[in-house]
Amino acid sequence: MSFTFTDDQRQLADSIARYLDDKYGFEQRNKIRRGEEGWSREVWAEFAELGFLAFPIAEEHGGLGGSTVDLALMMEAFGRALVVEPYIATIVLGAETIARADPKRAAEILPSVASGEHLLALAHGEPTSRYDLGRVATMATGSDDEGWVLEGSKAVVLHGDCADTLIVSARTGGRDDERDGVSLFLVPGDAEGLTKRAYPTIDGMRGADLELNSVRVGPEALLGQAGKAVDIVEAVVDRACVALASEAVGAMAATVDLTTEYLKTRTQFGKPLGSFQVLQHRAVEMLSETRFAHALCYRTAGLMDTTSGGDRARAASMVKAEAGRAGKMVGEEAVQLHGGMGMTDEMAVGHYFKRLRLIDVTFGNAGHHLSRLVQLG
Amino acid sequence: MDVVLSPEEEAFRQEVRRFLEEKLPPDIAEKTGNGFRISKEDHVRWQKILHEKGWIAPNWPVEHGGTGWTPMQKHIFDEECALAGAPMVIPFGVTMVAPVIMKFGNDAQKARFLPRILSSDDWWCQGYSEPGSGSDLASLRTKAVLDGDHYVVNGQKTWTTLAQHADWMFTLVRTADSGKPQAGITFLLIDMKSPGVTVHPITTLDGSAEINSVFLEDVRVPVENRVGEENEGWTYAKYLLGHERTTIAAVGRSKAQLRKLKGIARAELAGGRPIIEDPDYARRLAQIEIDLMSLESLVLRTLYAESEGRPAGAEPSLLKIKGTQVQQGLTDLLMEAIGPYAAPFQPEAFRDEGWNEEPVGPDYGPALAPLYFNWRKASIYGGSNEIQKNILAKMVLGL
Repeated sequence: MSFTFTDDQRQLADSIARYLDDKYGFEQRNKIRRGEEGWSREVWAEFAELGFLAFPIAEEHGGLGGSTVDLALMMEAFGRALVVEPYIATIVLGAETIARADPKRAAEILPSVASGEHLLALAHGEPTSRYDLGRVATMATGSDDEGWVLEGSKAVVLHGDCADTLIVSARTGGRDDERDGVSLFLVPGDAEGLTKRAYPTIDGMRGADLELNSVRVGPEALLGQAGKAVDIVEAVVDRACVALASEAVGAMAATVDLTTEYLKTRTQFGKPLGSFQVLQHRAVEMLSETRFAHALCYRTAGLMDTTSGGDRARAASMVKAEAGRAGKMVGEEAVQLHGGMGMTDEMAVGHYFKRLRLIDVTFGNAGHHLSRLVQLG
Repeated sequence: MDVVLSPEEEAFRQEVRRFLEEKLPPDIAEKTGNGFRISKEDHVRWQKILHEKGWIAPNWPVEHGGTGWTPMQKHIFDEECALAGAPMVIPFGVTMVAPVIMKFGNDAQKARFLPRILSSDDWWCQGYSEPGSGSDLASLRTKAVLDGDHYVVNGQKTWTTLAQHADWMFTLVRTADSGKPQAGITFLLIDMKSPGVTVHPITTLDGSAEINSVFLEDVRVPVENRVGEENEGWTYAKYLLGHERTTIAAVGRSKAQLRKLKGIARAELAGGRPIIEDPDYARRLAQIEIDLMSLESLVLRTLYAESEGRPAGAEPSLLKIKGTQVQQGLTDLLMEAIGPYAAPFQPEAFRDEGWNEEPVGPDYGPALAPLYFNWRKASIYGGSNEIQKNILAKMVLGL
């Protein structure tokens, strides 16, 4: 239960924060995101060297076996620094999907992921599936003997442009909206018949829409058991919701700091903005949202490794709904309290706002997760 | 999304449950569960049972009669008590004045007052607010003038909760007018049976009379009833407020309230379906569950930090605001659950006065609208939520 942290966890958080403070300031981040790939392979190699990539991966898969709380500490630090590297795509989604779907393959593949040589992306969502993880129209035809042919479209695949391997979900049976019948396939990023339309996202990350036109893969491309992918993806996404919420609380905390600093230094009517009570109370509401979301986030992270099924789903939806709602509120208020300066690309606050707002619409916004909670009962 | 307990904690939960099953009088549990007001006699009866078990003061140091529980044990205890329908322990003695006496009182005061607080032989009330001093508490004007070995006290206190039952009132009085208003305040313990003390009930929105005006006319208070130094009372009061705000979050009671709310929302129909299935109602309910989980998470974190020797800082103010918002949100959903049956005003139906008629509407109905109106107090008392925001702006944000 994570109402307090161990000494190891405090040290981990300190070391990540120290590295990012030193190497990943706002100006450095701007340089990185404006670069050709939109992120830095040099930084990625350093992440690998420092063990950031190996940390959440299980020891038997070549990782360090960190808990979800450890992952949350990492993500919180990334949120504070607005890290744009493909960590969520490769580690939180990619490595976790492979580990859950097929432990044997995970032992083969994930060591190269932990060492930073292999980038992954999860290509699951489709143009009309929105947040419904069970809605998959992409088709896989073939068999365990002959291999498979994939046909369909995948939407807003996080860092889908740079992945060495895409984990593509496709139907081997069932109707479009049936949970059963979806399978996972490992597809090389340069496979024939795969078209990637790559783009920057508004929050400074990278994404791609994919077209799969008769993409042929061998029998070995099938990952884990056929037909059971939705359960796997749901578990991965639940944990990713906690990771995203952790990133959000880091970004929220940074946003509160920036806004407080601005209120102290900006003067109008002959005194600092921070002396106006109406603004003080708004800043306190931002602080409050941040502190409560933070406490909920680590409690939920602690639960991720000990619960499953409906309990896990409820915990994930709670924290994602809260991070989405609170993150949006904090971001909007921060821009408002910065006045005109909050509208400029030059100030960091807007970049935090954009990331917070986009975290909400990744894997289900606050409204979606409230509805899911209602359904779960 | 329950707290995951260690085997020791789970065993403790079972121990608390067994104790409550055996010792909590069913008539009291039933009244609490139905939202009845609890009489002084029932409160004292229950508190004496807790005292006998040694569980009346979990927040006290062991040497004074505390339990030595971990933060999680205290939390489990509060939650189990609330879920079982135990009345809340009246906080004015055990939670509020006792820590001040322990920290700032002399040995004679400790020996005289603490045992009788533990045994519930004395009922305490809090004499802070005055008609002219609400949020601006330091402007208080009730005057105490030294006359030999007594203070002569004149003034009026207000919003004094359950003063009608009280044997003692801890109070802030003015002993000096020079300097900052905070600098001339003294912390006095007043015997409510003293000549010159008069208690007048104040009727509130819900029709109840739990709060009072307390008039003090030439009340003679022995100097030995002063806690700490003259003119230092503000420091003691601030210490006390910090204690009050952690309990004010009332997670256990809100969890019990949430369970009750779900039961009612399953029974009440809207459009032929239970209102718990109404999409708008269900989402509001889901949101308040999230708020309650967040609240509980920060409460536990704060308790752990304190137990590890890291002081709470301004967390109590955050908890007070959120805790009262959750409580008010729950009372709002409770009232809405019964739709138009919120309207009939039947205070007899939930006062513990032997009324035997059938209420109009469902049995649980009559208490719900009064509860909603009564509970608007929560964001006003204990330092209004706006005052908490002032504190947070200054102490945490440095604005």
